[in-house]
Amino acid sequence: MSAPIAGLVETVFRRESGRVLATLIRLLGDFDLAEEARQEAFAAAIERWPSQGIPANPRAWLISAGRNKAVDRIRRDIVFRTRIAEALGSAEVAASDEADDELFGDDRLRLIFTCCHPALNHEAQIALTLREVCGLSTQAVARAFLIGEETMAQRLVRAKRKIRDAAIPYETPDASVLEQRIDGVLAVVYGVFTEGYAVTAGAHLIDAGLCAEAIRLGRLLQALLPGRAAIMGLLALMLLHDARRPSRISAGGDVILLDDQDCSQWDESEIHEGLALVEKSLRTDAQLSHYAVQAAIAALHVRAREDHATDWPQIVGLYEVLLRLQPTPVIELNHAVAVSMVDGAARALDLVDSLAARGGVAQYHLLHAARGRFLQQLGRGNEACEAYTTALHSATLEPERRFLRARIQALQGSFGAPVSG
Amino acid sequence: MNYLLLIYANETETMAMGEAVLQKMSGEYMDFTKSIVQAGNFKAGDRLRSVSSASTVRVRNGKVAITDGPFAEAREQLGGYYLIEAKNLDEATDIASRIPGARYGSVEVRPIWPL
Repeated sequence: MSAPIAGLVETVFRRESGRVLATLIRLLGDFDLAEEARQEAFAAAIERWPSQGIPANPRAWLISAGRNKAVDRIRRDIVFRTRIAEALGSAEVAASDEADDELFGDDRLRLIFTCCHPALNHEAQIALTLREVCGLSTQAVARAFLIGEETMAQRLVRAKRKIRDAAIPYETPDASVLEQRIDGVLAVVYGVFTEGYAVTAGAHLIDAGLCAEAIRLGRLLQALLPGRAAIMGLLALMLLHDARRPSRISAGGDVILLDDQDCSQWDESEIHEGLALVEKSLRTDAQLSHYAVQAAIAALHVRAREDHATDWPQIVGLYEVLLRLQPTPVIELNHAVAVSMVDGAARALDLVDSLAARGGVAQYHLLHAARGRFLQQLGRGNEACEAYTTALHSATLEPERRFLRARIQALQGSFGAPVSG
Repeated sequence: MNYLLLIYANETETMAMGEAVLQKMSGEYMDFTKSIVQAGNFKAGDRLRSVSSASTVRVRNGKVAITDGPFAEAREQLGGYYLIEAKNLDEATDIASRIPGARYGSVEVRPIWPL
């Protein structure tokens, strides 16, 4: 194959791979069969395109080739011969020349809803979405979850078997359940993003690849289901966090707090896009999305750069709105931190202590770290030191542990106690 | 009187029995079914797919929650059943969510082996 053709073929493959798979899954009704068919279609293209030229509609060609390869395979397979071949014969063949983007868009949306189906557990939803929608290799998905490739392969096999055995449909849900199902999809996308933003164990704090995949998924949803407040809100939230990613970690891999971050490192185009999307999301008539409120808070942090002061009273107000939409310990803790900036550390300490008194958060290291900070601000060094030490016990990320150890050492140093931990 | 006979077994142990033993058991099941059909006792019976294909439906505060797995709580006991035909899992869970018991307990939705 000559070099320019090889390059063109590769570009086509990269661009069309996801769409071809999504449509083949719809036509064939089976993930594994569709993956094999796509592989064979691409192999056939590598063989024929250099001599016959790249077809006018490469996507339709690949889908058609994949479908034919699958039909051949099915014909060879006695068990499925009649059942699937008949269904295929009567099915509308989308791989015609007039196949348009809208139709293929629908196929990708169907695939997303299938991978994020509530009858699959959350880990399986995320793994399947990364594998089938984003096209990550099993190895890459395993690495993202910090588990072995074999374990991840098993997890994917189990998820696909459940889809097949329980007849989870390959469909965009009915209007009656669409909103609820979209919420499920967004939880998966945000799960991918947060997994990337703070990998839950191990030495590194940010996996930029996963953040980028989550944003790509957000954009895809925004394109396929435009004008939805929750989707715009989530995309805005991810963009505004991702924009600040380079300034969140030092060259040595240490945590840098917001006040000390170098905003010249922020990604301006992501910030611009994120700010516009927050506005749009908040202005829709739909029910307020908790993602949009979180994005609005992130937007205020970004805007603090221009005003040289953060609008903490407004942030407190937004957290109060958020608490009504999503009353979780994480939001309560963030609310307390914002309150400390407005009403002082004593009031914030009361809030955190009342949260801790309700139980179930003993292992939540950020709560103890925040307590430590409030106590330190109140000049209660011994208790602050204890709180930071408790936080250190349940913190798993090495950069966070280093940060906490430094705090403890500084406190112990200030009243002459020996340095340990 | 009508009676529902519920068959329990450890799935992992059953699968570990090996092909020959399973074949033999399958033959025994066919013989048994034939015998109760002939005797006039048979009303319905099916083999269920593995628990890994199960989903659980609950309705709380008007919201339908679907989860992966056969997660009836330990304090819940089997109280009844419906055998339904549905085009896919979404239709099956929609029907399950309309069972009054879904608002108090849970409904396990398990596919049946096609004949």
